Amino acid sequence: MSELSYREIARNGLWTNNPALVQILGLCPLLAVSSSVVNALGLGLATLLVLAGSNLAISLIRRQVSDAVRIPVFVMIIATFTTCAELLMKAYTYELYQILGIFIALIVTNCVILGRAEAFASKHPVGASLFDGAMMGLGFCLVLVVIGGIREALGSGTLLANMQLLFGPGAAAWKITLFGDGQGLLLAILPPGAFMVLGFLIALKNVIDAGIERRRARTAVAVEKVSRRVRTTGAIS
Amino acid sequence: MLSQSIRFNSMVLGLFALVTALLLASTYLGTRDTIAAAERAAAQKTLLEIFPDDQHDNNLLDDTLPIPGPYLKTLGLGKPADIHVVRKGGEVTGFILPAVAPEGYSGDIRLIVGIRVDGSLAGVRVTGHNETPGLGDKVELRKHPWILSFNDRGLGNPPREQWEVQKDGGVFDQFTGATITPRAVVRKVRDTLQFYREHGDELRKAANRRPDVAAPEVES
Repeated sequence: MSELSYREIARNGLWTNNPALVQILGLCPLLAVSSSVVNALGLGLATLLVLAGSNLAISLIRRQVSDAVRIPVFVMIIATFTTCAELLMKAYTYELYQILGIFIALIVTNCVILGRAEAFASKHPVGASLFDGAMMGLGFCLVLVVIGGIREALGSGTLLANMQLLFGPGAAAWKITLFGDGQGLLLAILPPGAFMVLGFLIALKNVIDAGIERRRARTAVAVEKVSRRVRTTGAIS
Repeated sequence: MLSQSIRFNSMVLGLFALVTALLLASTYLGTRDTIAAAERAAAQKTLLEIFPDDQHDNNLLDDTLPIPGPYLKTLGLGKPADIHVVRKGGEVTGFILPAVAPEGYSGDIRLIVGIRVDGSLAGVRVTGHNETPGLGDKVELRKHPWILSFNDRGLGNPPREQWEVQKDGGVFDQFTGATITPRAVVRKVRDTLQFYREHGDELRKAANRRPDVAAPEVES
């Protein structure tokens, strides 16, 4: 694999090869906890932390570990980072930990993490691996937060409710009420809502990509026309 | 050659196991106290909601009575639990009892029921449930004030046969689209009050037998 520039790594993680929208990995937590922004952000940040940490550690030891014991070592590292993240969340954001519950521990089974360890961190230098982990984590976290935002807005009629669980008492005032209690679209909070919102997001990304592709094709044609006219003019004179 | 590679790989694997174990142990030791404090604070917060600071002068979290074995089943509890004793000026003024309503829409609904010594309700809170978000979860105070409608009620208020949701001929509201959840909660609160009517004297005696914890709370 050729060396990638940081710009490409960022674009890969956030858009072209986004873990949630393109690789469709790690859907279990993605769909289960994305019923509000604060839940989504909490799990997204924890995943980002674990992904960046495990990529960094795996890249550091990539020359010392032989292929035969590679996978057990990766799993050990990922499990360690996940457990550390779980302990830290339990210590400092206890109420959010109670809401997210088992899904924090389930980060260890998120295929994105082992996937990046195997596909990227075990083959690239430390800096690039850390950056790749951070960007993949950020891509995952952003999709999670967008789904959380849409489901919270449609289902509960609020945005950014209960942010104090993550950012301390001052954040309670961030809550935006869109409409009254009990008028929300219940479906959005229930599990099917998560699948639907994710489906629409994937469709939206595909539409945008198709649009970019069309524009690029048109520009290419335009360039061709211009050059042809230049040649024609050249021929007349 | 093969045995050498096996030995080398086992050593690498063992080394990593050791390093990760050390890392985990240090994180665990570093966060242990903070986690214990957070767990206590979360448990205390709910207790203090039912009996605020001006209604007691003991440490609600530590002043407990173990529930005698045969009564666990009456309260719907699967494993041993404690009753929190509320005291003011050395007198027992109330109890906070844990209870489980097993007939929720999706399984158990865990409650704590605060009862004053005269048998009236100081308050009820749901501490754990799996009810439908947006419908049944309105039994949580965070979502809906419904649970406050128990405040100051007792076994004679309303009369026993009206300790039901309105759909069953009682006085308590049900939610639009969710009757099962509030029905389970109302009935379990009623049963807990009944339990207190039958065994309250016993609890008071047991609580007074422990004057060591009756001293006013010093810390905080």
